[in-house]
Amino acid sequence: MSDLQLQHEVEQFLYRQAELLDGKQWQAWTGLFTADGIYWMPPDASYKTWDGQPAIFAEDRNLMAVRMGRVLHPDAWSQRPLWGTNHVVSNVVIRKAAKNGDVEVTSRFHMMELRRDDVRHFAGQYTHHLVKVKKGYAIKLQRVDMTNAQAAYDYVLQVWV
Amino acid sequence: MKTNHKPNFRKMVEPDRVRKEVYTDEEIFQHEMERIHETVWIYCGHDSQVKNTGDYVTVQIGRQPMIMVRGKDRKVNVLYNRCPHRGNMICGDMKGNTGDQFRCSYHAWTFHHDGKLKNIPMMESGYKGTRLNKDSPELCMKRAARVEVYRGFVFASLAKDGPSLKEFLGEAIVAFDDMCDRAPEGEVEIVPNCFRVIQHSNWKLFMENQIDALHPSVVHQSTGRAAHEVEKQLAKKAKSGEAPLSYHMLSAFATVTIDKWDNFQTINYPYGHCVLAGYMGLRPQDPDTLAYDKVMLKAYGRKRFEEIIGVNIHHVLVYPGLSVQSPLQQLRAVRPLGVDRTMTEIWHFRLKGAPEPIYRRSLAYYNLVNSPATLINADDLENFWKCHIGLTSDGGDWVSLARHHGRDIEKNGVVSSGPNMGTSEAPMRNQMKAWAKYMSSAAQGGLR
Ligand code: FES
Ligand SMILES: [Fe+2]
Repeated sequence: MSDLQLQHEVEQFLYRQAELLDGKQWQAWTGLFTADGIYWMPPDASYKTWDGQPAIFAEDRNLMAVRMGRVLHPDAWSQRPLWGTNHVVSNVVIRKAAKNGDVEVTSRFHMMELRRDDVRHFAGQYTHHLVKVKKGYAIKLQRVDMTNAQAAYDYVLQVWV
Repeated sequence: MKTNHKPNFRKMVEPDRVRKEVYTDEEIFQHEMERIHETVWIYCGHDSQVKNTGDYVTVQIGRQPMIMVRGKDRKVNVLYNRCPHRGNMICGDMKGNTGDQFRCSYHAWTFHHDGKLKNIPMMESGYKGTRLNKDSPELCMKRAARVEVYRGFVFASLAKDGPSLKEFLGEAIVAFDDMCDRAPEGEVEIVPNCFRVIQHSNWKLFMENQIDALHPSVVHQSTGRAAHEVEKQLAKKAKSGEAPLSYHMLSAFATVTIDKWDNFQTINYPYGHCVLAGYMGLRPQDPDTLAYDKVMLKAYGRKRFEEIIGVNIHHVLVYPGLSVQSPLQQLRAVRPLGVDRTMTEIWHFRLKGAPEPIYRRSLAYYNLVNSPATLINADDLENFWKCHIGLTSDGGDWVSLARHHGRDIEKNGVVSSGPNMGTSEAPMRNQMKAWAKYMSSAAQGGLR
């Protein structure tokens, strides 16, 4: 595969990841992860591992299932009001491309969130460890370093960024 | 802001109901800050946050920006974060190390860690013949009137008179004893991360919700159910037949039904403090717990060990601004930002000398329940905001706190919820009783 083609495929995958979040396709989104895949948002960029440390998110597929079950429950009160997000993903840089097709890639995201009449912005860097599978890629690790991770949260984050 | 005319606070609080303005009125809020938060003992932080000389953190007490700093004499000082020259804040960061002095970023006045003036550039030439000289007390950074530390937890009071910290805490001191005693070394250490979450409501709604045993099975049904589903699947797959404990922590919000919550008991103390006794049944017999028990037995001996482990606490509230979950080694400090905005600062502690898995167990709760991506508090915060909007309306004048009113058991000023009445609104009644006393008391030091 040429560099350009690889770049294109990885970008398409990252865009799809964001599209699924914005489209509230939770099941399909969790399906992007490998069976042992982890979604991780550290409180600070200096963190080296999600394991055994404070984390804003540190979720395997099981915990993702809990979060998904919550937001889909009819009594998830905070999910009742008008709510939506819009991600823009860019600056896609492939950091490592292994022979077997696995890829480490960083990108930048900007997410705007609307809840009732309130708009919030979250932005930062994604680091994806992608595993090559038959139909493209699966996520082994999605690390989300939010620039505003340490800032006080005016309300909370209900779903993945 | 000192206000002259004084609303009749006692009339706003009846034994089983409270006027809505108590939660929504700006003027009342200012009085509260003056008479409660800027008078009583307020939690500043843990001394392991400022280990080295010059380490500091900034903290808000009522409306006052403060600095907690470690001095050369190892003492922890609490100072107003204000330069005596023209009022500049001395520390603009949330934490750091100030070296062997504070140096104002505006005109370079310097101060010792206890607030005493160290130097003013060109003191002689600039101030000769003026009202100021090197020994003028107004050239020092002002100190909190009183600072006391209990087992590493630092409190300050901005009023010079009033009960001692121990007197103020009374039985609620168990929050810190229970937390520290569970450490084989008898001490806890801060995990250096603070989650800060803002809610759009008055601070009192937070304090009332923390020991509202009626609400979890209503508000947290969604997460409880979802966690329960996953828990069941995991249990089926697991060799031990059990899912990890963290799923139980979440599912309990739904599986502990209202009648079970009634088995809990609230014990309410003067000054508004409250203990929610009873626990979610987290005394498992897994290898991690057994390994921990072994270390504890060695440290304390059988008798003391049983005493420590037998302490049956779910939650301790230290009124007006601290919620402690001692068995999970975490706390939330409440910082009112305005009548309709409140920040909680959420911290986790490590039991010194305990095996790593015990730390990880409570860490799971910290991350799942108390992080900014909380699976639980999202719905609480939604209710707080909705309560606030409802209370600002003309749809009614009172907030009802009548659940099991008249069935409380009172003994020597301590009010317990009746048998099988864990969901009694006794804690809210007790908090409001303390509130009314504080607010009507002209004397500094509040309730004394
Ligand atoms: S304001 Fe601090 S030195 Fe002038
Ligand atoms: Fe709650």
